[in-house]
Amino acid sequence: MYEGVVQNLIDELGRLPGVGPKSAQRIAFHLLAADPADVLRLSQALIEVKEKVRFCKTCGNVAEEELCRICRDPRRDENVICVVEESKDVVAIEKTREFRGKYHVLGGAISPIEGVGPEDLRIRELMQRLADGAVTELILATDPNLEGEATATYLARLVKPMGLTVTRLASGLPVGGDLEYADEVTLGRAFEGRRLLDV
Amino acid sequence: MYVAHLSLADFRSYAAVELALEPGVSAFVGPNGQGKTNLVEAIGYVATHGSHRVASDAPLIRAGAPRAIVRTGVVKDDRKALIEIEINPGRANRVRLNRGNVPRPRDLVGMLRTVLFAPEDLALVKGDPGERRRFLDELLTLRTPRMAGVRSDYDRVVKQRNALLKSAAAQRRTPGPEMLATLDVWDSQLANVGAELLAARLELVAALRPLVAGAYANVAPTGGAAELTYKSSLLGSTSRTDEGGDLELSTGRAQLVVMLEGGLAEARQQELARGVSLVGPHRDELLLRLGELPARGYASHGESWSFALGLRLAAFDLLRADGDDPVLILDDVFAELDAGRRRRLAELVAPAEQVLVTAAVPADVPAELKGASYAVANGSVTRE
Repeated sequence: MYEGVVQNLIDELGRLPGVGPKSAQRIAFHLLAADPADVLRLSQALIEVKEKVRFCKTCGNVAEEELCRICRDPRRDENVICVVEESKDVVAIEKTREFRGKYHVLGGAISPIEGVGPEDLRIRELMQRLADGAVTELILATDPNLEGEATATYLARLVKPMGLTVTRLASGLPVGGDLEYADEVTLGRAFEGRRLLDV
Repeated sequence: MYVAHLSLADFRSYAAVELALEPGVSAFVGPNGQGKTNLVEAIGYVATHGSHRVASDAPLIRAGAPRAIVRTGVVKDDRKALIEIEINPGRANRVRLNRGNVPRPRDLVGMLRTVLFAPEDLALVKGDPGERRRFLDELLTLRTPRMAGVRSDYDRVVKQRNALLKSAAAQRRTPGPEMLATLDVWDSQLANVGAELLAARLELVAALRPLVAGAYANVAPTGGAAELTYKSSLLGSTSRTDEGGDLELSTGRAQLVVMLEGGLAEARQQELARGVSLVGPHRDELLLRLGELPARGYASHGESWSFALGLRLAAFDLLRADGDDPVLILDDVFAELDAGRRRRLAELVAPAEQVLVTAAVPADVPAELKGASYAVANGSVTRE
């Protein structure tokens, strides 16, 4: 145990995800040795993130204003909505630069074990966005695990009466990889989802 | 394939042991409690990543040691592979193949294949249906490693669904439309993953059926015929209190999805009232019959033993037909059999590429199984 304030810092750092007691100690001593201006910038950033960041009223993504950057952008296609579990997923898809529509962040996936049901996700907000009929395609980009699949199926059934196109991201082999390194589950899925090669 | 080399560190009673093995028969002989089974248990652990004696890994570590290490040299098609497993109770095991780390232990399934006969096998015949489901599922995984993923997916779906049913039951009022729609989603998940598991099990039972009948007739030629049927929770009456009906082994996967969906719809009220999943492969039973009577509850001790041996022999035949001979391990099985069954079992297993036998006294090793003999005493193993 260290003197009060140092130990406090170590304890607080240790609560962060992916930081164990050893790493917490290392970061704490790094901060002690660092230039005061650097540390001040870090503390400022921490305070600002809690003060300024809120969640977009429309899509649920992290935002600094009422609407997020993507929802404010008039160049984005209003007719396509891509549904993801977390804000992190928006960033991942944005990096591809393939998608020019808008997003909807659910805030998780249906998982009864963790007590998360559809009412805990931002599904009601999604239905409101779909109500005016402007959206023609809904892309379900929840995680390719059991909970993500369940959430996608739930949504697909929910919006079925609305008659819009519902798609699900493909799952299969990673691009640029070797077939031999794919695990059996992924390879098996890729076999199931194979498509006609049109030449 | 055969195990050419076994080295243990802090495994069970062994602080350290090095053992060179050869193809053919090796017998480990010694008084009770000297560590014969520990040797074959270690080899079985490398093959299945689990012990045939205990469910948790903690008892495998020598008292006072932090971890156990099992190293085996396996020769397959004239090539030798070194498999090392560091067993860390409460944490993930570390697995290495030819000195290189293997990130997922599952990737090693199939590197060493064993069929293990042990006194615990009696539970296959006399125990709960869960024992027989596990027998089928473990054999499935050995034949098709992909099934390990299907099994864990299915277990997770059942867990999620049970959590949902339990919370519905706890609310003590009629579940709302949102709850029912969520349940619908988990129903179709269960039907899809469940049908994949069920289809694989049915195919396996169809392949095992003639092999089990043949193996049993060989071990016990005087008894009735050994038969397997797959009783499914799908075919029970609406009250779902009885054992269910026999499922046709040729039922295809697509049809099973439809049947599971129908079964779940039918059982819904009861599932909501009881808060558990009542339909699906996790409630099924592999029924063993001798002649007209179910083996469980009717068969004698000797008949039950012979049936268990028949199941293991059939598994051996099946794996053998897929390609390479699995390593056969006979842990203390001869002591339980009469002279005739002992001799016939020995004749059946003798042609295998490698047979490892443990026995308390040399007389328990049948004369048909001639080979290397090792004396096991006080945690040391010496070749005789």
